[in-house]
Amino acid sequence: MNLTLHVWRQAGPDAPGKMVRYEANDISPDMSFLEMLDVVNERLTAEGETPIAFDHDCREGICGACGLMINGIAHGPEKGTATCQLHMRSFSDGAAIYIEPWRARAFPVIRDLAVDRSSLDRIIQAGGFITAATGGSQDANAILVPKENVDDAMDSAACIGCGACAAACPNASASLFTAAKITHLGLLPQGQPERYRRALSMVGRMDLEGFGSCTLHGECQEACPKEISIDTITRMNRDFLRASVTGGRE
Amino acid sequence: MTVKLDAKMPTGALAQKWDKHRFEMKLVNPANKRKYSIIIVGSGLAGGAAAATLSELGYDVKCFCFQDSPRRAHSIAAQGGINAAKNYQNDGDSIYRLFYDTIKGGDFRAREGNVYRLAQLSVNIIDQCVAQGVPFAREYGGLLANRSFGGAQVSRTFYARGQTGQQLLLGAYQALERQVARGGVKMFPRTEMLDLVVIDGRARGIITRDLVTGAIESHVADAVVLGTGGYGNVFFLSTNAQGTNATAIWRAYKRGAAFANPCFTQIHPTCIPVSGEYQSKLTLMSESLRNDGRVWVPIKAGDKRAAADIPETDRDYFLERKYPSFGNLAPRDIASRNAKEVCDEGRGVGESGLGVYLDFSDAIKRLGADVIRERYGNLFEMYQRITDENPYQVPMRIYPAVHYTMGGLWVDYNLMSNVDGLHVIGEANFSDHGAYRLGASALMQGLADGYFILPNTLGHYLASNKLDKVDDSHPAFREARTAVDERTNRFLSINGKRTVASFHRELGKVVWDYCGMSRNEAGLRLALEKIPQLRAEFWRDVNVPGSAAELNQALERAGRVADFMELAELMCIDALHRTESCGGHFREESQTPEGEALRDDANFTYAAAWEFAGEGKAPVLNREPLLFENVKLSQRSYK
Repeated sequence: MNLTLHVWRQAGPDAPGKMVRYEANDISPDMSFLEMLDVVNERLTAEGETPIAFDHDCREGICGACGLMINGIAHGPEKGTATCQLHMRSFSDGAAIYIEPWRARAFPVIRDLAVDRSSLDRIIQAGGFITAATGGSQDANAILVPKENVDDAMDSAACIGCGACAAACPNASASLFTAAKITHLGLLPQGQPERYRRALSMVGRMDLEGFGSCTLHGECQEACPKEISIDTITRMNRDFLRASVTGGRE
Repeated sequence: MTVKLDAKMPTGALAQKWDKHRFEMKLVNPANKRKYSIIIVGSGLAGGAAAATLSELGYDVKCFCFQDSPRRAHSIAAQGGINAAKNYQNDGDSIYRLFYDTIKGGDFRAREGNVYRLAQLSVNIIDQCVAQGVPFAREYGGLLANRSFGGAQVSRTFYARGQTGQQLLLGAYQALERQVARGGVKMFPRTEMLDLVVIDGRARGIITRDLVTGAIESHVADAVVLGTGGYGNVFFLSTNAQGTNATAIWRAYKRGAAFANPCFTQIHPTCIPVSGEYQSKLTLMSESLRNDGRVWVPIKAGDKRAAADIPETDRDYFLERKYPSFGNLAPRDIASRNAKEVCDEGRGVGESGLGVYLDFSDAIKRLGADVIRERYGNLFEMYQRITDENPYQVPMRIYPAVHYTMGGLWVDYNLMSNVDGLHVIGEANFSDHGAYRLGASALMQGLADGYFILPNTLGHYLASNKLDKVDDSHPAFREARTAVDERTNRFLSINGKRTVASFHRELGKVVWDYCGMSRNEAGLRLALEKIPQLRAEFWRDVNVPGSAAELNQALERAGRVADFMELAELMCIDALHRTESCGGHFREESQTPEGEALRDDANFTYAAAWEFAGEGKAPVLNREPLLFENVKLSQRSYK
């Protein structure tokens, strides 16, 4: 396949950026999207140009490091697929492909296609955990959890923290990311003691980081590589509302 | 000079060693813990769990990872599960049985005391993870579910769908972020350790590079912990993440830490085959597929007919033929070697000829497509996504790939290397898996080290040693920083013709061909000629674009590949010296008449810990004899 790429190039956080055109020739349809970029980078290096910077690591859709806007769609055209698992057979020969970094105020560009997503870590720091210091726990089977609850919790816990939800959202809201964690922990008995203060604190942190508000566009669940449902956001809003009234106390 | 390898194994009965040791270890006064600073490199199951736990105890912790967030450590990719001797299924499991299975699985090349402690702690791990909210699979009654995994005869594996590693890592990550918020851990993401600083024989700090700004920084501490994972990426193609590397442990080796059993690597039989030169990684397919799939190749070499056109009479179900009692469930190393063997005979399938069929048509006929979909639906989808072939209609193609490295830095019972103060945890050390790791035991080891062992033993080190105050103006820090700067500048000034990736790919092929699934003397000697030649060419002709003072992914990779170039040689030296076969190390010269791995217990019942002797000099071999007081060494048989 022969493709024309238009790639966002930006030398640093404060440097101006622009779209640059590259030809990608002799691309195999069996390549992953990132392998296609590897090939382009090999050529750029050989020609003495600066290769395109992008984040990636596991290349099997679980670490959450990769994430590109591909033709304006977070993670590209295939549903439930992270950028690293997207293959070139999803594009037609001769296609023009526009590749941009995540766009959100809370995700400043570091270089080219790599952005700073430490805001997501700070949302977790605000309460995305169960306080259980090592060593003091009871026997695992002393806590009974209905299978349905743990299955639903797992659906939300599958979040890989890639940030596609915020990148896809017209408001650049990280509600799906935040709600996934609130739902995972809130569905389990272990998560109950901190449930309301967690909602209050994590949502507060999300606002502070510069993410927008959720207006239920639903773009996030379309973009999510793990297909997490926006039902989780409803749950988050309910917990948050209740916590706002009670001041986080149960 | 040879290093002294004292395992510091507590005396007494196997089952009492850890308890006794915990009592005998010195404690740090709670009020004094915050005065001790600890550096932890790596944020995976071992490093992340250790950082969180040490901070909970009150220590002042700095944690480093090269990824943009600690949640991305490669532990996250583990699929299958985690073993624990809970015996919840009442099927005869016990701590002793898990210990025995693990030591036997490691082909009797691990320490009894370490492995027993691992089995003991396995039960605490599950309790801890459930308390954190890890959503392990459950039965309708609300109790935890288990499955049998990796050929074990008991159901002791806990799992969270096919994402057990992810869920365990997120549990550790969340505990870690709680400590970051509290101020007990300072996190340094996008930061790579480039050297270890040793002062008066003790590890006292590290030199790092900020991967965004390029700044080289010194970090001082009272102890250094490496939880930096394995070195499987030396093979270029592996199931490891792209960034996983050996730089931290290799730099530590060059500062005096012994590297044990570097040739012990694990090859996983069920991965999706390579499809082209551009390929950057191999994807693992859970080996549970072998429960229902039948492995075969054509009988005749060069038979290029489509699978459906090859009649039963022209097929060779080679695992069923050679191992009638285990069949397609033969252990990982045996399944892998046999696949390679039939491909070497020209009977491999697929375009490259490097693949064997894993055929579900009989299972679909017997059970129906719906049952198969229920069992393996997500795996079939993943396979189709990557290969564009529908495994419900055509057989899967699989081929072995490098998955895990059992070798690593030598550590004693306290997880401390032979360099005082330098502790090594998780896959980065050599301690518990011997010559072969059983399924669902990597997660167990990482968490046992991080949550339960290191937080105890590190306190003992700090309490028993008087550490002088040092700061980063010490000559050792200055020397290490200068060395890092010089090396960086050297990469950037070569301006050669070949990319880093092309060298990495070529190195990987040499290691795979001669120090992969099976090894022999002639091949290893050849590799030991080729690797130094390739390394010389690398330093002469590599092209690293850009500068040091910016985000420069080519520069990052150059440093990692340069270290792989040296480590690969040590792997081959180790493989050449160990003339026996054991576990994942198959020396063709040492096999039974049936072609199985043949150990040489009289001569090789030891851990081989290699010591750096200087640039251009042969490494020095130190032997730590392995004593078996509780189990009887036996030969594996899967006929």
